[in-house]
Amino acid sequence: MALAKVKEDALSARVAGLSLPEAAGWLGAARTDARARLQAMGLPVRRDEYWRYTDPSSLVAQDAPAASRFDPGDEPEAFDGIDRLKIVFVDGVFDPAASDDLTLAGVEIERLETAASAQIHWAQGIFGVLEARGQTPVARPFAALGTAYAKDGILIRATGRAARPVALIYSHSSDTSDAILHHCVKLEAGSNLTLLESGPAAARFTKVLEVDVADGAEFHHIRVQGRDHERRAATHLFARVGAGASFKSFTLTANGRLTRNEAVIELAGPAARAHLAGAAVGDGDFHHDDTVFVTHTAPDCESRQVFKKVLMNGATGVFQGKILVRQGAQKTDGYQISQSLLLDEDSQFLAKPELEIYADDVKCSHGSTSGAIDETALFYLQSRGVPRSAAQGLLVLAFLAEAIEEVADEVIADDIRSRLEGWLARHAAKGGK
Amino acid sequence: MTVMLETVDGTEVREGVDRETIETVQAMAGKYKHGWETDIEMDYAPKGVSEDIVRLISEKNGEPEWLLEWRLQAYRRWVQMVEPTWAMVNYPAIDYQDQYYYAKPKSMAVKPKSLDEVDPKLLATYAKLGIPLKEQMLLAGVEGDAEPRKVAVDAVFDSVSLGTTFKAELAKAGVIFCSISEAVKDHPELVKQYLGSVVPQSDNFFATLNSAVFSDGSFVYIPKGVRCPMELSTYFRINAENTGQFERTLIIADEGSYVSYLEGCTAPKRDTHQLHAAVVELVILKDAEIKYSTVQNWYPGDEEGRGGIYNFVTKRADCRGDRAKVMWTQVETGSAITWKYPSCILRGDDSQGEFYSIAIANNAQQADTGTKMIHLGKRTKSRIVSKGISAGRAQNTYRGLVSMHPKAKDSRNYTQCDSLLIGDKCGAHTVPYIEVRNNSSRVEHEATTSKVDDDQLFYCRSRGMDEEEAVALVVNGFCKEVLQALPMEFAMEAQSLVAISLEGSVG
Repeated sequence: MALAKVKEDALSARVAGLSLPEAAGWLGAARTDARARLQAMGLPVRRDEYWRYTDPSSLVAQDAPAASRFDPGDEPEAFDGIDRLKIVFVDGVFDPAASDDLTLAGVEIERLETAASAQIHWAQGIFGVLEARGQTPVARPFAALGTAYAKDGILIRATGRAARPVALIYSHSSDTSDAILHHCVKLEAGSNLTLLESGPAAARFTKVLEVDVADGAEFHHIRVQGRDHERRAATHLFARVGAGASFKSFTLTANGRLTRNEAVIELAGPAARAHLAGAAVGDGDFHHDDTVFVTHTAPDCESRQVFKKVLMNGATGVFQGKILVRQGAQKTDGYQISQSLLLDEDSQFLAKPELEIYADDVKCSHGSTSGAIDETALFYLQSRGVPRSAAQGLLVLAFLAEAIEEVADEVIADDIRSRLEGWLARHAAKGGK
Repeated sequence: MTVMLETVDGTEVREGVDRETIETVQAMAGKYKHGWETDIEMDYAPKGVSEDIVRLISEKNGEPEWLLEWRLQAYRRWVQMVEPTWAMVNYPAIDYQDQYYYAKPKSMAVKPKSLDEVDPKLLATYAKLGIPLKEQMLLAGVEGDAEPRKVAVDAVFDSVSLGTTFKAELAKAGVIFCSISEAVKDHPELVKQYLGSVVPQSDNFFATLNSAVFSDGSFVYIPKGVRCPMELSTYFRINAENTGQFERTLIIADEGSYVSYLEGCTAPKRDTHQLHAAVVELVILKDAEIKYSTVQNWYPGDEEGRGGIYNFVTKRADCRGDRAKVMWTQVETGSAITWKYPSCILRGDDSQGEFYSIAIANNAQQADTGTKMIHLGKRTKSRIVSKGISAGRAQNTYRGLVSMHPKAKDSRNYTQCDSLLIGDKCGAHTVPYIEVRNNSSRVEHEATTSKVDDDQLFYCRSRGMDEEEAVALVVNGFCKEVLQALPMEFAMEAQSLVAISLEGSVG
């Protein structure tokens, strides 16, 4: 009882400064529903079991804690070498001047606001729908907040093979920006789309991405969360994967005071595949939380979760992963690995890798390890003339390799590797043991 | 290639097939074999729980004022507590006022001086269960050794301890083994010092209830440097209807001592659920070691989930000194619901905790069990091996915590949780919490879930075994690592229980 009241108060405080987006029609109705869901859940507080390892208070606070902008110097922006269609958001607002023209062969793209006036819209079956489904068995109030209060967002519908990747670029200009975005992606049967996301977005960022992958379609998602250190983010990825379809998502996180990336994936059609991977590197007051919930509803599906974290100088890594296999989802192949490399005494790794299985003919396994860098391997490399810091860098990259392997595009994978090398060079120099 | 070795009741036993497995499977004609009850006159406290009941229990046990005060404190806390709901178990709300908290055989009104004076009906109960209360007798299944091993037994019947065997021989070694109510009278300083020091009074809802109303249980003290000359064992029997059993066990292993302790439990078949909320506290000082083994075979309820024991137990070991060692081994086959997490607090440097568990849930049984390994001292080690087996419509959950504190440098944990599913209506779940707060410690967790391997079954069937036998054999193989950790006396019983618990789960 008391807890419910605290959650309700947290919600009232958080939304006090937010204005409700105006919309009639299907979009208005979806937002109203989301507000009702949100009201029933309240916002999380420290005592919430699902927030056991991550303090939600900076996400709940009425005002976004200030976060100064970060100057990446001469480091090229993410996905620079990739021919892509750019869609730019500055502090959570679409920037038409910086964005490309939203036309692309094989894909329809429009802003959330323009879709609101349509009587019937394809996004009706997705917007807030996948999010609502993802609210059970565990409540995800920040996702409902995203559906109810996001004023902007993009709707992408792939009807064939997308001519080039679509890139969502988030930039951050105000130190106190509090951005809320909600995107929907639909891949029609047999279509193919790569979605890239990069940048810090805002001082505080609340984002929902819903993806419906119809039968036989292929969706690739690669995200680089930017190097801003002060920012806070709560992101949600909801996906429904149809028969024979493929869903792949990889996230690179370097820095960030608080990042909570939730992924809620349902394998809804037989022989669907979902791969989720993440590489996170953090130094100092870095807190990174991967919360993943994969549901196998249909038989013969495969899911894979690979999450790796490298932590130093008191950084914290969290992993909460779950594989739920429903009755009837026979021949499921579920795999989950979460590992952390702690480069010094102060860093910590907190994990809760769960399995919940109601079908007998399944193969599910999960593993979780945590420990320091292998001194023997380090010694070996040093004995071969590799300086200690370089040797450590090599071993860290080798540790992260299994996650990066989930990126199919070699150009992007190389780019991610070189970013990590750069990060390690900068941070090893700071005196990480 | 195949050499025919012998025949057991018409079934050919071939090379490589465990003869015992077949014998046990065949021996288990009836299902739950301990489901009978002893017809005996009982002395009950009025139904329900209140401060008056707490006072009454304390008075019946002839307790000193401080213990009554301690119980009342617990009771007052309990009234304000809320029953936990986080476990993956479902059951209708328990009416805590609709059961007896104290039941004692009338013949025990005047405490018998020795087991010879105990009501023969009660003794017969234990004889029927195969528990030797005569000192020259041994646990079934271990006869024929050149040098038979002795096992001292404390027999707890509903709310009271009937008596303890081998007391004199144990006393020679300085070992105290008696019921906790006797210990309160005879060794109050030990009880006062250690009671509630591992599981505090208000630790959790069920432990707090136990602190308020515990009626009896076993007490063990092993003095400095003593290796307990025999295995100690407590056998719990619930007999009375609508009665909760709340026993409390306290074992203290002083510096450099060693003891192996066994615990067994059964209850009659009934259509109503019965509550069992025990607390076990182990205190292990410098260089001491405790092995604690449980074969839990409470009545599991029928196929439809009617009846059965609610087993809500708090067990915890505190390795207080350097190099202290504890080993929990449990075979959980009974109970309608199991809610049990034997834990290890590894406080002393180089202390060590081990947890080996087999949890079997069949029909409508639900088990939510696991362990906590709290690493506080340097170079502490822990190992968890958990085997969960689900059949019928049962749900089986492993829930565990491994926590490495910042000061627990160079510590080590290895966890392995395997689940086996038999049939497509049951569930197997794994909920581990892993908290690593220093980098010199290594933590590894592995879990797998699979079904009984078709190839293995096919192989067994092709050798002439029927399907149930084959499953029992494969399951025994799956559990081997844990069965091997049990003392021999229990390993046999456990192995046969694995077979009996799965009966009817095939096809």
